[in-house]
Amino acid sequence: MTRLLLERLGHLLLVLWVVASLTFLMFRLMPGDPTLNFLSPSFDEATRTALMRNFGLDKPLWEQYFIYIAQLLHGDFGMSFLQAQPVSVLLWDALPNTAVLTVVSLVLAYAIGIVAGAFIAFRRGSALEAAVIPTALATRSAPEFWLGMLLLAVFAFQLGWFPTGGAVSPGGTMGSVVDRLLSGDFWWHLCLPALTLTLFLQGLPLLLMRATMLEVLNDEFITMARMKGLSRWSIVMRHAARNALLPVVTAFALGLGASIGGNVVIETVFAWPGIGRVLVNAVQSADYPLAQGAFIMIAFVLVVMNTVADLAYAALDPRVSVGARK
Amino acid sequence: MRASRIRRFLASEPFAVVGVAIYAVIIAAALLADRIAPHDPREILRINRRIARYAPMSGDFWLGTTAGGADIASQLIHGARAALEVGLTAALAVVAIGTLLGLLAGYLGGWVDKVLTRLADIVLGLPFLPTMLVLAALTRPGVWTVIVTVSLLLWPNTARVIRSQVLSLRERAWVEAARVTGCSNTRIMFVHILPQVLPLAALYGSVAIGWAILAEAAASFLGFGDPDVVSWGVMLQDAYANQAMSRGAWNWFAPPGAAILMMVLAGFMISRGSEKLLFPKLGDK
Repeated sequence: MTRLLLERLGHLLLVLWVVASLTFLMFRLMPGDPTLNFLSPSFDEATRTALMRNFGLDKPLWEQYFIYIAQLLHGDFGMSFLQAQPVSVLLWDALPNTAVLTVVSLVLAYAIGIVAGAFIAFRRGSALEAAVIPTALATRSAPEFWLGMLLLAVFAFQLGWFPTGGAVSPGGTMGSVVDRLLSGDFWWHLCLPALTLTLFLQGLPLLLMRATMLEVLNDEFITMARMKGLSRWSIVMRHAARNALLPVVTAFALGLGASIGGNVVIETVFAWPGIGRVLVNAVQSADYPLAQGAFIMIAFVLVVMNTVADLAYAALDPRVSVGARK
Repeated sequence: MRASRIRRFLASEPFAVVGVAIYAVIIAAALLADRIAPHDPREILRINRRIARYAPMSGDFWLGTTAGGADIASQLIHGARAALEVGLTAALAVVAIGTLLGLLAGYLGGWVDKVLTRLADIVLGLPFLPTMLVLAALTRPGVWTVIVTVSLLLWPNTARVIRSQVLSLRERAWVEAARVTGCSNTRIMFVHILPQVLPLAALYGSVAIGWAILAEAAASFLGFGDPDVVSWGVMLQDAYANQAMSRGAWNWFAPPGAAILMMVLAGFMISRGSEKLLFPKLGDK
């Protein structure tokens, strides 16, 4: 296991480094004057030169690259152009909002999907199955932001049960992370975005769980449990589901990484102040240091979660014999 | 494939039939858009010389009009064109890249395989929508950015599956026979093995079409679409920006999303069905 762990960690660092370098290149080697990406054309000449020196943009590219990597290692993403604040401060402020939205939705989606998928598998060929599978497929096929628009139209505009956007009511201020988590207002604002994301995400665990359950249910130990006269609930949840969980756990870790980045649209629909919205706003207003920082943060979470999924798979599946790896 | 087998398949696979039917409707709408659509989708329509804003559904405006006075039904019909264009182009590119790299990695093995696997890992570390946003912002927003992003980022899934298929195919006796008769590696790969993996590639292509359409919709919604193209994503962005939800204008924001949903769903349904058609052994479980 240690060997696998080290191997995966080395691999993780390699991918992180390449992704960071790609980001550097993406933001600097695009057609046109790279400094235009980093300096607003509205600055006068003197300010421009001063800022160029400040940002290190007057140095050759390779030197900029080493400065960039060194800054990244210190967790320094530079200064935002538009909001005279360090990018890292803005990002660390937005990340918890995205994390809460993602984790709450993923946990709900996987809880619902796992239980529903297990039962659908058990009732193969029933009318229930015929209804649930197309529904699960349909929620995976809909654009996430459109689901959000539908929920907004019904629950926010027509019924007025939930706010139409943001994370705090007008007049309120967003406090520290702990304050946010303790405030009812925050959770009330979270309802619709989280519901949208849950709806969108539940299809995958449901279908995965059903598929692997069908395989497991054919195994001999299930027949044995049936012969022992165990209840249906006990067979499904205690015997079969445990063995069918493996692909779902992997999908959960992958989903966590992917939806941090995928939340971009949901955060935009609900004006949820998360990292995806920071990225969209920064890109739209050409605040490139902020956009670059947000992009790297999203990518790093994705890469780390990919590795976690890999390790979870190896740790949980007895068939992936960890010790015997060549 | 004999006709009787196809008929039996259609009867046993209602999902696939529905999926194909949905595609037939969308393709028909795209081909005949100029004839079916009652209005020009970009025209600012007027009633009694005043711009027809938020006109209700009627015989003249089947789904009503937008805040800008354009006919929603006509936009919806013309949107099928954009959807097919983006979807098919991107899916073809994904499948072509994925199949080629999967074939090379699986057949040649060694350092080619190692390099390509690493490359796939790196690509999987680039978040999909954010990468598309950044590329769109730094180059030129529009349909091509979507197509390029989808093909650059989604090939690893196809490549991985093709690779493992090729790994088993290349050990078969007929590959050995081809080698003995003096076939070059290139010939074995592209003449002997490629046709065997194409059905599998097509399966991944049908899902990639859906991905591309969802990507286009998301890009448009975030303001990085091509405003000159009439697409379902641009329609939704227009509706959102004009507060169609607070006005309860369901006739505006519901149909484009439903159209996207149907098209992506059709892809899933066809791929589930064709899985049985292409790999009969899998279906018997």
